[in-house]
Amino acid sequence: MDLILSFLIQAAQMAIVLALAPLLTGFVRKVKARLLRRQGASVFQPYRDIARLLRKEVVLAESASWLFRVIPYLIFAATWVAAALVPTFAGGLLFSWTADLIAIIALLGSARFFLALAGMDVGTSFGGIGASREVMIASLAEPAMLLTVFALALVAGSTQLSTVAAVLATPEVGLRVSLAMALIALVMVALAENARIPVDNPATHLELTMVHEAMVLEYSGRHLAMIEFAASLKLLLYISLIACVFVPWGIAAPGSGLAGFALGAGAYLAKLAVGGFLLAFFETSIAKMRVFRVPDFLGVALMLSLLGTLLLFASRSL
Amino acid sequence: MTDIREGIFEGKRVERHHGWPRFEVDRDGWIRAAEALAHGRLALAGLWGEKAAIHMAVLAEEGGSAAVLTLACPDLTFPSVGRVHPPAIRLERAAHDLFGLVPEDAPDLRPWLDHGRWGVRFPLGAREPAPASGVPYTFLPVEGESLHQIPVGPVHAGIIEPGHFRFTANGETVVRLEARLGYVHKGIEGLMQGATLARAAELAGRVSGDSTVAYAFAFARAAEAALGIEAPPRAVFLRALMAELERLANHLGDIGAICNDAAFALMLAHCAVLREQVLRTAEASFGHRMMRDRIVPGGVACDLEPAGAAAVASLVKEIRARLPALIELYDNTASLQDRTVGTGMLKPELAREFGAGGYIGRASGRSFDARRDLTYAPYDRLAFEVPVMQEGDVNARVWVRIREVEQSLSLIDQILELMPQGPLRVQTRTPGTPVEAAAMVEGFRGDVLVWLRIGADGLVERCHPRDPSWFQWPLLESVIEGNIVADFPLCNKSFNCSYSGHDL
Repeated sequence: MDLILSFLIQAAQMAIVLALAPLLTGFVRKVKARLLRRQGASVFQPYRDIARLLRKEVVLAESASWLFRVIPYLIFAATWVAAALVPTFAGGLLFSWTADLIAIIALLGSARFFLALAGMDVGTSFGGIGASREVMIASLAEPAMLLTVFALALVAGSTQLSTVAAVLATPEVGLRVSLAMALIALVMVALAENARIPVDNPATHLELTMVHEAMVLEYSGRHLAMIEFAASLKLLLYISLIACVFVPWGIAAPGSGLAGFALGAGAYLAKLAVGGFLLAFFETSIAKMRVFRVPDFLGVALMLSLLGTLLLFASRSL
Repeated sequence: MTDIREGIFEGKRVERHHGWPRFEVDRDGWIRAAEALAHGRLALAGLWGEKAAIHMAVLAEEGGSAAVLTLACPDLTFPSVGRVHPPAIRLERAAHDLFGLVPEDAPDLRPWLDHGRWGVRFPLGAREPAPASGVPYTFLPVEGESLHQIPVGPVHAGIIEPGHFRFTANGETVVRLEARLGYVHKGIEGLMQGATLARAAELAGRVSGDSTVAYAFAFARAAEAALGIEAPPRAVFLRALMAELERLANHLGDIGAICNDAAFALMLAHCAVLREQVLRTAEASFGHRMMRDRIVPGGVACDLEPAGAAAVASLVKEIRARLPALIELYDNTASLQDRTVGTGMLKPELAREFGAGGYIGRASGRSFDARRDLTYAPYDRLAFEVPVMQEGDVNARVWVRIREVEQSLSLIDQILELMPQGPLRVQTRTPGTPVEAAAMVEGFRGDVLVWLRIGADGLVERCHPRDPSWFQWPLLESVIEGNIVADFPLCNKSFNCSYSGHDL
């Protein structure tokens, strides 16, 4: 029975992230537009965009290899699975016994690896620029992310997200400096990973400044739809991850009743809305940094997560 | 500084040329002028061809005088100015493309405006059929280890004009940028030949859409000087009002757009609102958002009603009230300042050598403003300052624009106060003999030069509108060197050169 229930929760989780991801992207865009005193497109516009792209014909560069055609699905699948591993409204997911936080990082890392390959596959200079910039950013963002995970694992005694969330929700954890550092580091990594301002500008038309967009310039039709969808999923994943680890309250524990799930779902939507609003607000109030400042920015994230981990070690040995 | 109107080039002064003096010089005089340009005693203001003649406009900046020099070239060759004075190179290439005039010993004879798609060569000169297969364009060679090229354009991802930029980069650092322009060549000079004055004035207003007032203003002044007529005082003030409104709209748009290229959309949102208000006020006052075709030879085509004047006055009040907060936002956003300060440095020597006009020159210490230095009505009766900065970076170009916005607001106040009543237009006449004139007007981007010859029948024989971008595009290439690839859009936007005005 428990197995069936956790299977159902897992299925619901996978459906929910898929259904909500474009809405979150649309919501962030809408809030940004309103902050700029524009009307903005409907929050449902990303769904329409994806539907439109799925209907459209795929235009392939003559020099594109089979890899170029396969990669969008790979990226989408990897990101979807990763997003399905983060407890959103309920803990005790079926998959979380097979994959932990490090697996999420690995899934996202392989998605990025393939995207960078796709960027270079066609051989245009923009794809190459985008890929080289993306890898430069990743080389600093991934260690910072891993160190953050270590800090969390030291507190919770596990790298499994359900367990981490459950432990961090208990009052014994209290306020910890190392957790605050981990939070800041994770937010900075999330900004970089999702190609948001100040690291990248998701709304730019300037080819020369692009990072993520430069790699996907050659994509069209359903391939582009997959990549856009994966980008939305990734944003949802990171906001869910931050919410699940640092504001774990409201997540339905395994075995709670229907009311618990309803409360969990409501709390999750509220967390997403707050996260989306904060992101939009932050992006409106800051300019994009120079490409060569990004290592400084991510270096701070790396240092913070390292400090957090070290502090935990130090406080344990005392 | 010598007053060049005295004819230091020992040429024969052309009596029928008005506005500025024109001298017919021999080869020695031409070469002496080129050397004066190379030594910085004069600044180049234009170089254009004609069938079997080449003209050059020169400025003596501090004395505030200007002249046109002409060298007859019956064998279609002339001593190259670009050989000693690089700013002339592209002008000579364009003159070669259009007229087949060959600059002797020129450092660069690649085609410039002619992309091999016209079907003819030298369309304004001897009109030869073009060779069947177009010659591929060769970019300047770049040598070195681990360099790679990034071709950008002519079609861009945003809705902007077409131009090709060939970057050679070492990683992210730009080693060399070479631009290729000419994609929006419309053949305006060809269309103007034989056009009536009214039609040619319309064409002049379409050279570059964002400067339509400046071009129409310059063309009207040239035509009036050639014909020996004078626009009525009210028309002159209305022209200045339109010119300042155009400057206001473009500067406000630019300030926002530059910040937007650093992904700071908040500035763009606020500035775009102000720009839109300027355009709507222009529509309400003059019946057209860009005020196109409102300035005509002989005067202006429409009057400013009292309601329109009130709308302009309240616009000025509104911008004055809202500008300080925007300036503060720009100045206090550290992440934005980090992008603009120190980016895209233009050396003052280069700005002076190229005679860069507008905010580009003034942000790099070149204090030249046609409204003050080659003054024309009604600016001789108005008080204003020409802001000049020395830093030469993107930040300085933003600040010069901000200061010019403030000056324009003050100018609009003065214009509204001093505006006389009276007629709007005098009739143009048929001259009877060929007449010529040159006129320079300060547009928002810099000095717009129009040189005009009207035939005995009153039709335009030859007209050359010269956009300030001719001397600004080459500087963009030098500004980006050593910067990173990702900073090019910011530098480019802070220059905001015209493709259309340059390609003609």
